[in-house]
Amino acid sequence: MLITFLVGALIIVSEFIPHKPFNNLSTSLEGWFLIISGFAIILGQLSLFKVNIIKIHRKAPNWPYFIIALVSFSVMVICGILWGTQQQPGLIPVSDKMLNFFGVKPFDYIFKYLFENLSATMFSLLAFFMASASYRAFRARSPESTLLLIAAVLVMLGRTTIGSTLTGWIPESLGFLHLPNIASFIMKYPNTAGQRAIMICAGLGVIGSSLRIILGIERSYLGGK
Amino acid sequence: MKIFEKFLNIDRRIIFLLILLGVAIPLIWTLGFNLEVTENVQSVYTMLEKIEPGTRILISFDYDPSTKPEIQPMALALMQQAFTLRLRIIATALWPMGVQMCNEAFEKVSAEYPNIEYGVDFINLGYKSGGMVTINHMAKDFRSTFPADAGGNPIDEFPIMKGIKNFDKIGCVISLSAGDPGLKQWVMIVHDTFGKPVAGGTTAVQAPTMLPYVNEQQQLVGLLGGLKGAAEYELLINKPGFATKGMDAQSVAHLIIILFILIGNIGYFATRKQKDNLKA
Repeated sequence: MLITFLVGALIIVSEFIPHKPFNNLSTSLEGWFLIISGFAIILGQLSLFKVNIIKIHRKAPNWPYFIIALVSFSVMVICGILWGTQQQPGLIPVSDKMLNFFGVKPFDYIFKYLFENLSATMFSLLAFFMASASYRAFRARSPESTLLLIAAVLVMLGRTTIGSTLTGWIPESLGFLHLPNIASFIMKYPNTAGQRAIMICAGLGVIGSSLRIILGIERSYLGGK
Repeated sequence: MKIFEKFLNIDRRIIFLLILLGVAIPLIWTLGFNLEVTENVQSVYTMLEKIEPGTRILISFDYDPSTKPEIQPMALALMQQAFTLRLRIIATALWPMGVQMCNEAFEKVSAEYPNIEYGVDFINLGYKSGGMVTINHMAKDFRSTFPADAGGNPIDEFPIMKGIKNFDKIGCVISLSAGDPGLKQWVMIVHDTFGKPVAGGTTAVQAPTMLPYVNEQQQLVGLLGGLKGAAEYELLINKPGFATKGMDAQSVAHLIIILFILIGNIGYFATRKQKDNLKA
């Protein structure tokens, strides 16, 4: 708790007094943070391994999927360590036969032709669920939901090429009726105002919780309540 | 009226099928709808145009393959413009897989610019964990934050890194970001603390949260929001690519969603009227 207080106070002071010794100390502390965060990645990987093994051992629901996760993880790690990546050499050189077969190193092959496409597919699936959810949720049941519905439709049209095509004929003097301009207005004013309110509240919350940690009021990170 | 009740309960598989067709067909046959450049995108383009040739700019690849379809076209367009203007690019990544995204973009763009040389006009410094602290540390001691490039070669070997100790000799920073850490952290440190111009590109979902930073103080010079932002940038550099083609698909998908919303509301009002009449 004392370490937290000293480090927290030092970082705050160094922002207001950017001179020796505070600036040097805060730079050193940042360096330490970068080293620790590097180790956090290794810790995360070990944790992933442990959690999956426990679930397989206990035959948790859908446990075969955890085997797939572990195998995929291991294959990537082994390929990366043995043959390296596009820019990093591995423990053993890539044979010509392997290069002829894959075209690139095995890690890069799996990354480019499997992982990238699977990731993009997962993200793309959102379009289908959003379409179905919008159809069911956007109903003009009350004045508030009607307002939301109108704003959503205007932004959806204005943020696509169809918006420009539909209202492209409108003369410049009535440019404010142009769908992309209406969408920009909604995004620039009502949306920005709402976002700023959220950001200010979140900022105040961060200050409050940081002070609680630095002053030792909040101790859950030490394992307490 | 049974038809209005059907309007309220359309099988989701029909919606999925129509969305699939609405996305796939325009990707195969381009429809070529009009596209207009918005102010936020134009600002990013103008910012790069005003930078002196030979200046080093920093592009951070803060995204991964899941958002590649939206953000990679931005990376390609920005790199094409930068190399055309003879700007030199220092690439970093706050996301682990941003390194591969950067490599892929450079491979694609460098094929069009045979004179571009790694280490002279472009360098990929790779990934560094730590988010905002990494950026802050770069501003104080760039060389200890990134002592080597992504391939593990010391940065002193590369002419592009000559004299780079912090952000002083960097013309601007562009973050292509799909979340946290990303564009917000670059704005907070590089612009707000060190006064360097920052611009960025984000997914369409994230764009509304970043718009407050595009303000009179120019915390963000401009913002490319989603596929539309990328398509507008392709239009500006006069090199239509994947984003321009993808915009047709996105437009049709949006239109289908709007049609379903309309159908749902027609069904809702018609059935409500019936229920009201029955009650009366």
